[in-house]
Amino acid sequence: MSATAPRRRSVEVSPTQATWLVAEREIGSKLRSRTFVVSSILLVLIALAAVLWGGFSAGREEAIEVAAPADAAAQLQEVPGVEVVDVADRAAAERLVRDGEVEAAVVVDPGSPVGLTIVADSEVPAGLQQALAVQPEVELLDPDAMNPLIRYFVAFGFGIVFFMAAMTFGATIAASVVEEKQTRVVEILISAIPTRVLLAGKVLGNTALAMGQILSLVTVAVLGLVITGQTELLAGLGAPVVWFAVFFLFGFILAAALFAATGAMVSRQEDIGSTTGPVTYLVMAPYLIVVFFNDNPVVMTVMSYVPFSAPVGMPVRLFFGEAQWWEPLLSLGIMLATCAAVIALGARIYENSLLRTGGRVRLREALAG
Amino acid sequence: MLRLRGIVKTYGDRRALDDVSFDVAPGRLTGFVGGNGAGKTTTMRIVLGLLTPDAGEVSLDGRALTAADRRDFGYMPEERGLYPKMKVLEHIVYLARLHGFPRDEATARATALLGRLGLGERLRDNVEALSLGNQQRAQIAAALVHDPEVLILDEPFSGLDPLAVDVVSGVLQERAAQGAAVLFSSHQLDVVERLCDDLVIIAGGTIRANGSRDALRAAHAGRRYELVSAGDAGWVRELPGIEVVRFDGGYAVFDAESEEAAQRVLRRAVDQGDVASFAPQHPSLAQIFKEVIQ
Repeated sequence: MSATAPRRRSVEVSPTQATWLVAEREIGSKLRSRTFVVSSILLVLIALAAVLWGGFSAGREEAIEVAAPADAAAQLQEVPGVEVVDVADRAAAERLVRDGEVEAAVVVDPGSPVGLTIVADSEVPAGLQQALAVQPEVELLDPDAMNPLIRYFVAFGFGIVFFMAAMTFGATIAASVVEEKQTRVVEILISAIPTRVLLAGKVLGNTALAMGQILSLVTVAVLGLVITGQTELLAGLGAPVVWFAVFFLFGFILAAALFAATGAMVSRQEDIGSTTGPVTYLVMAPYLIVVFFNDNPVVMTVMSYVPFSAPVGMPVRLFFGEAQWWEPLLSLGIMLATCAAVIALGARIYENSLLRTGGRVRLREALAG
Repeated sequence: MLRLRGIVKTYGDRRALDDVSFDVAPGRLTGFVGGNGAGKTTTMRIVLGLLTPDAGEVSLDGRALTAADRRDFGYMPEERGLYPKMKVLEHIVYLARLHGFPRDEATARATALLGRLGLGERLRDNVEALSLGNQQRAQIAAALVHDPEVLILDEPFSGLDPLAVDVVSGVLQERAAQGAAVLFSSHQLDVVERLCDDLVIIAGGTIRANGSRDALRAAHAGRRYELVSAGDAGWVRELPGIEVVRFDGGYAVFDAESEEAAQRVLRRAVDQGDVASFAPQHPSLAQIFKEVIQ
């Protein structure tokens, strides 16, 4: 400012405004990091590829091309997964089989128990054989129970997404807190705005980034399922995914507050691990539990109420229809209460540790102030 | 008026600050001088509220300092700190916005200030790409961009080349002229001497001298005079009550026992021939500093 510029006192900035400014800077600096952008795009592409690949490989079994004269073709009409190529007679059908135009031919054979004979080139077409075989009726006593493999994959999916997002963005928060401490920019920041506002802005900014990533993964997954026509699975996943997003939001805030607080306890990037370690285990635990115990109803029920593991546990239970309608609400209530308590605790540790440079701040000192 | 009264700070057994009291007046530049570990940085951090004193208080215009008051202060910490990966302009704009300026005004202020500090060409560079001297200028911009009424600057001149020292001095003088109270510490006593209106000298955690620069100089001036005359001034040493410090032809520096003794020298010199100059010698800040910290 030159001497002639009109003097103007800076106006008091409201905590909300300041929080947004801090959050905006966090998001802006992250979006400008090439590593972050590239790894996010890769993650989304991998997710898309996985869903598409899964969908197409599931749909590929369908069309077995079969040549059949008119009398056999009439009997094949009802058989699923078989595409009939009409031919005049057995000789024409055999020609197509030899030429490799079709996988096999089917002709009427009164001597066979099912009245049909399969003509193939050199390999037994097992799929077709099974499709035409006469099989006894099967009656399931628990028709709704899901395939254990699907159960595993759904549990694994929620687990890994929560774990990876919480780890990536949690570590980002811890690193950025230490960066501010290490470069001493923190002294300038907190001489301008309250410490809690700085903490809130950092948590908010990184939560927005993490949610952005989660939502783009969800969008990609939905797109992939629609493209590959797996609308049935999609319908089952809808509500649990929405719950997952809600739980994830608060679960992430919980983790973020702890990562920021424990990050503030050290002064150098090299030392981060020594204080953030326990928080890392906390976000890793739900993933490991869900992988090993996804078929244990007691563990899963407990898990769906413990705040740190609820973002993984509750959506899995919802997906398999094992939770009553009120259960996610109760669990969410517990989560919110824990969130409030942990944020208060985290803010205290953060405030008391931020200006202590040099060695590592002991937890007792950080809590006492 | 920023006022410190009876500030005490102890670290374990070591008393870092003991009954530190002084004022920083608006419209004036106050130099804060002391050796390494004398307590300058601790004092400044207490003023900013980054440290809590064991005793004593800091007040602004007669009221105890509040967190909101402190947020309006301009502060340059001893250990420099800006985000290395942020662009210079963007960084200063961000700080101005944290102080409550809308984006447009923040940008206008930051651009003008950085230009004034000689960083006009580097606005779009990352902070980490700047030389240390230029990072220092950016740091000064960070402290000044919201036009604070109280400025606390820890070693603002360290690491600056002489031209940059002049630029920064000019900016600080402007701020003082506009009514800001400016407290700055420095090891460069010549800069402090040239720049500041008031002086605070600290050593071993206690204030050793405190007041306007001119008053301090007068208080520490002995009766040392310098005479430049035509012809030989050897006669000076024969006069009563005079002790010659240096002597060379017509040039003499001497300590007089009393004002009258000095005046006798002047009268005699005029009788003896032309006098080019006769003046009391003011002690330099470096001399005062050495004297008071002993």
